[in-house]
Amino acid sequence: MIYLDNAATSWPKPPQVLEAMARYLRDVGASPGRSGHRLANEAERLRFDAREAVASLFGARDPNRVVFTLNGTTALNLVIRGLLAPGAHVVVTGMEHNAVMRPLRALEATGVALSVAACGPDGTLEPAALAEQLRPQTRLIIANHASNVCGTVLPIRDIGAIARRHGIPFLVDAMQTGGCWPVNLHADNIDLLAFTGHKGLLGPTGTGGLVINESFDIDRLPPLICGGTGSRSEHEWQPDFLPDKYEGGTPNILGLAGLAAGVRYVLERGVDSIRAHEGALTQRLIDGLAAMERVRVIGTRDAGRRTAVVSFVVQERSPADVAQQLDEQFAIMCRPGLHCAPLAHRTLGTLPQGTVRFSAGPFTTAEEVDEALAAVARLSEARPRA
Amino acid sequence: MPDYAVILVHSTSHAIQAERVLKRAGLTVKLIPTPRQLSSDCGSAVRIAAADQARCRELLAATGVPIDRVEEL
Repeated sequence: MIYLDNAATSWPKPPQVLEAMARYLRDVGASPGRSGHRLANEAERLRFDAREAVASLFGARDPNRVVFTLNGTTALNLVIRGLLAPGAHVVVTGMEHNAVMRPLRALEATGVALSVAACGPDGTLEPAALAEQLRPQTRLIIANHASNVCGTVLPIRDIGAIARRHGIPFLVDAMQTGGCWPVNLHADNIDLLAFTGHKGLLGPTGTGGLVINESFDIDRLPPLICGGTGSRSEHEWQPDFLPDKYEGGTPNILGLAGLAAGVRYVLERGVDSIRAHEGALTQRLIDGLAAMERVRVIGTRDAGRRTAVVSFVVQERSPADVAQQLDEQFAIMCRPGLHCAPLAHRTLGTLPQGTVRFSAGPFTTAEEVDEALAAVARLSEARPRA
Repeated sequence: MPDYAVILVHSTSHAIQAERVLKRAGLTVKLIPTPRQLSSDCGSAVRIAAADQARCRELLAATGVPIDRVEEL
């Protein structure tokens, strides 16, 4: 079997992730923040390990400014719903995922105004195009660091500089870049960074969170979820300090144990090393697909400017049909369709059918890429099914 | 002079962070349930040797670990 769906969820995971999760279930088991016995303390140590690892990955100085949520979508909702009141204006890019667009569309009905900074047909963005959209009422700028459809990396550092100049908080959706592309909270001028644990960070599903720069005053952002934290138990009001403010309810400590191990693997192997590995495979995929007469590759053909996400279409074949045959005939796992990102597909001109998406990961090999290319070549030359 | 002091914190996350910083500096520390007579935000506290109080304060301040206060037991 060949797994080329790492942009959805990375797989396989490093063995250390499985070991860490098994160890938690076997030897620890308790919930952190509560009770104070040795197992509860050990659970809190595991959670803090995850905070330290994520802080290190994204260049955050204080691990307490890493707060964990159920996934990246919850972190995005926390910021979007917390910062945008009726009358507020928000600017996003033309490459956003529905994890950003759906909460914003829901808020539009309440009187929040939304502007989309147009991207080029290969998914690139001129920062000036975003600056043009700013208004006196703009309360938030959101940018997808890399597209989950075509892998194009957006110039977040420049966008962040624009946000700083105007004193507007800058939220980055780093779902596709965390762990496989350099992201630095401070150097990239990011105020709020939403990440997920189950993609490039190599952790399990059900993990993710928000990294909050010291540049952002948390008094401006109310919690999305209120509940027990183990702290200030005698009070019926949510704590106002980090990380407890945004971590009401028993956390997914099993997942965080795995996440800590996944991020430590990334840090040991090195983000640059993973990027180089994936970049070589991505260029191999792009070159191989582009050489096929009936195949069109979407986005830039330079793997140095994109993550390991390659979208393509096969003439006269629906993406769903191609993906189904890749699975059934060749045991190749990929993702067809719109990838929860209709806005990005509109920008790229691939609506309504979408694309077939191959996404390599840290454990994908060149041989697997070659097998996938051979399979697409056979499918693209075969007569379409009736 | 009492044998022990406790560092009171707001969050168990801060307790673990303090424990980590102080252990790395070679100090003897233990996480304990916050003694009932002390009012604290957090159910866990960090017990240290009373003689180490000044050094602990310095280390935690230098590394930016947020603490509430230190009390002798």
